[in-house]
Amino acid sequence: MRYILGLVGAVFSVVLLISFFSNVSTYWSSPPPKTAEEEFHLHPKHLSLASDGPLGKFDKQQLQRGFQVYKEVCSACHSLSQVAFHNLEGLGYTEAEIKAIANQWPTEVPSVNPETGEPATRKALPSDRFPAPYANDTAARAANNNALPPDLSLMTKARHGGAAYVYSLLTGYRNQPAELLKEFPAAKTPQGLHYNPYFANLNLAMPPPLTSEGQVVYAPGNPKPTVDQMAKDVAAFLVWTAEPNLPNRHATGIAVAVFLLFATVLARLAFLNIRNQKKATLVRETGVLEPENQAKSKRAKRKAGIDG
Amino acid sequence: MSFAWAKPYEPKAPLMRWLDERLPLPRLVYGAVGGGYPVPRNLNYWWNFGILAGLFLTIQIVTGIVLAMWYYASVDGAFNSVEHIMRDVNGGWALRYIHMNGASFFFIVTYIHIFRGLYYGSYKAPRELVWMLGLVIYLLMMATAFMGYVLPWGQMSYWGAQVITGFFSAFPLVGEPIRVWLLGGFAPDQAALTRFFSLHYLLPFVIAAVVILHIWALHIPGSSNPTGVDVKDEKDTLPFHPYYTAKDGWFAAGFLLVFSLFVYFLPNYLGHPDNYIPANPLATPAHIVPEWYFWPFYAILRAFTVDFILPAKLWGVLAMFSSILILFFLPWLDKSPVRSGNYRPVFKRFFWLLVIDVLILGYCGGAPATPLYVGLSQLAAAYYFAHFLIILPLVSAFERPLPLPDSITSAVLHHETEQGPAGTLATGRAAAE
Amino acid sequence: MATLEQSAQAETEGGVRRRDFLNVAAVSFAGVGAVAVAIPLINQMNPPADVLALASTEVDISKIASGQAIKTVWRKQPVFIRNLTPAEIQAANAVPMSELRDPESLAQRTKPGKANWLITLGVCTHLGCVPLGVGEGENRGPFGGYFCPCHGSAYDTAARIRQGPAPKNLMVPNYEFVSDTTVRIG
Repeated sequence: MRYILGLVGAVFSVVLLISFFSNVSTYWSSPPPKTAEEEFHLHPKHLSLASDGPLGKFDKQQLQRGFQVYKEVCSACHSLSQVAFHNLEGLGYTEAEIKAIANQWPTEVPSVNPETGEPATRKALPSDRFPAPYANDTAARAANNNALPPDLSLMTKARHGGAAYVYSLLTGYRNQPAELLKEFPAAKTPQGLHYNPYFANLNLAMPPPLTSEGQVVYAPGNPKPTVDQMAKDVAAFLVWTAEPNLPNRHATGIAVAVFLLFATVLARLAFLNIRNQKKATLVRETGVLEPENQAKSKRAKRKAGIDG
Repeated sequence: MSFAWAKPYEPKAPLMRWLDERLPLPRLVYGAVGGGYPVPRNLNYWWNFGILAGLFLTIQIVTGIVLAMWYYASVDGAFNSVEHIMRDVNGGWALRYIHMNGASFFFIVTYIHIFRGLYYGSYKAPRELVWMLGLVIYLLMMATAFMGYVLPWGQMSYWGAQVITGFFSAFPLVGEPIRVWLLGGFAPDQAALTRFFSLHYLLPFVIAAVVILHIWALHIPGSSNPTGVDVKDEKDTLPFHPYYTAKDGWFAAGFLLVFSLFVYFLPNYLGHPDNYIPANPLATPAHIVPEWYFWPFYAILRAFTVDFILPAKLWGVLAMFSSILILFFLPWLDKSPVRSGNYRPVFKRFFWLLVIDVLILGYCGGAPATPLYVGLSQLAAAYYFAHFLIILPLVSAFERPLPLPDSITSAVLHHETEQGPAGTLATGRAAAE
Repeated sequence: MATLEQSAQAETEGGVRRRDFLNVAAVSFAGVGAVAVAIPLINQMNPPADVLALASTEVDISKIASGQAIKTVWRKQPVFIRNLTPAEIQAANAVPMSELRDPESLAQRTKPGKANWLITLGVCTHLGCVPLGVGEGENRGPFGGYFCPCHGSAYDTAARIRQGPAPKNLMVPNYEFVSDTTVRIG
């Protein structure tokens, strides 16, 4: 039995080593070519938001600005299907404001004509989720050069880098670097795509959405709507859409952690109590039985002239 | 249950006496985790992780039952129902994050529990069945975790289901029909999702049943201990309650503290962002990986890249399944009569090599399949098989273990009387009393 | 318990008590934790936020002729909106309060100046069936209002319980007239 199993082990190991050496020789003889993505893809820029860290909360003023950017820029192509108008309460809007926002939303909600039964649309209500700009994916692709604008509800949780990625992408458009074209002539940005080093394969179907300062007009008392500021604000807004319960989660987490810390200390003290009450606690710890300690005590005995 | 000096159950409260005479449930609990179960007195903190695994199984079952009240197993509704739980259900975000991270922590404590068993030789006679039942629990956990990961029907869910059922297609002739049978279609779809949900709800209760067998089998010989020396008499043991209940209690509270930090402050750290993208059967994510607890096996799967007699795909699948199955033979592969790695100098070195090896496999399994990581995982996988099937039998045949203490207590007591308060920590404390 | 004479003894007992206190405290902390865990597990079964957001609904009543009624939906429950005829109003007002099981006048059940608009939940107060009487030709029961076929509760023209096992009148939800032709329920 043991010989059979040993043979099995030997076979697996040998096949693995064969694979390994064949890989190494392939790698040696024809190393894989470098790609433009490997060399020119950038990690997201640093972005700090009020919601960061274990005590982070949302900056509602910023979320409102971000919502404004979404409404006036992004919502033309991107849906926000997980969020309902009444959720905007979390941004500090009143019930009346939310009703007005829903009522004036440019896309209407699909419904049925109550008299004829034919498909129709109606104005959105606070209980509705944000209506999608396109009727379906096919329509969305048809209108966007065969590229599907993704839903934005979970964007900051669905990408490595989260909000920093969104911010970097929105501000990362630039001309393709000359070194890239020199090194990888085949990697020239195709017609209809846009170069952006923060995007995984460097070329993105979305044209730069935020192009000029003042593209969105912020209410007085807000920072200047530079491209950078708008990108930050909309990134902050998308953190909220992805996880509206975040402040609640942080607050609960602090309470739970404090409770558990007390519980741990108290339970530890109670345990020490019980341990000290026991008369025979000589071998509570394994320490004495560790071979090194045994050897040490034997040495000590020998020194003291006692037979080990 | 196990030793002659185990205290019999003597109910004090009349209600307990009444109940005990009719249904000896209190007696069962007393004998299992109460004063009636004598436990070696020298267990260290590595022995706490079995109870913790039980705790996480309970957390998963309780939160899972609650989540199932809101989840729809439908390809159109599953993703949205999970988001509905996260956004609209009262406290749903906490329940879902606890369940999500609870799975990871269940695996963390289980892995520590398994490696503790490997180091201290807990798989050796007379505890072979305890070990094998534990492996059965582990296999059931993997099946449950995989099916649970499919349920949110995100991109990783979908492609995980596609890839893992694809393992079966590696087998010639029967493979493809088995895959189609498992999925109830040619690709993961409604039929697969519904059956995975059904089984994901069922299997945890099967796990709970096997856990009972695991504990039952453990209580026949009693717990092992860090010296690996058999319990000789009453002096070697303590009743489970109150010493070990208190020890497990405070450690569990502390461990839950760590768990809560993940749940509330890093809830998505152990997950993958792509699973927040709804499943799309027409586009595979750029870099697909299973959940972290499967990474070592995923690395073994990907390590076979050469068609050597058999196709590479079949080698990978066979090796991956074998990597767990060989553990069932461990009690017979390691023939050394000494259980604890503390007294086995050569074994100890190889044990730590194995730990590093599995960590490397895990790292490579989570990394993209570049030549560097594939090469590394090939070497690490080769060592994995060599360790269990070749090195361990050889070491157990040729190693000269260190001298064992006569019993858990005697060596130390002897040392106490002869030596007085000197040397070790425990003697110092004993003297202080 | 400790008196002056027992002070020496009390000192040693104090040590014991401190220890017991720790154990009791640790166990009670675990108990508090268990209760704290139970709360979200129970609370999650309450209506979620999206269901609560459906709390109000607006209905156009311009097309309901006198003597007709419609069924609409509020919080996933049927709501009856009836345009009472003068005869029905008269019949309702003619009933002496002493004859009613759940005494309420028609005026209490409608808005001032809108006595012809009777808006009630279409949920029988007995065990929750939907009473008949909204549709043309449906059985309106011996009192000319609504009739519940499940267990034979009969309501009058003001939707008050008159006969059968139901204990209460059909419930009037909170509502207001947004305009002459639009009602907001909830």
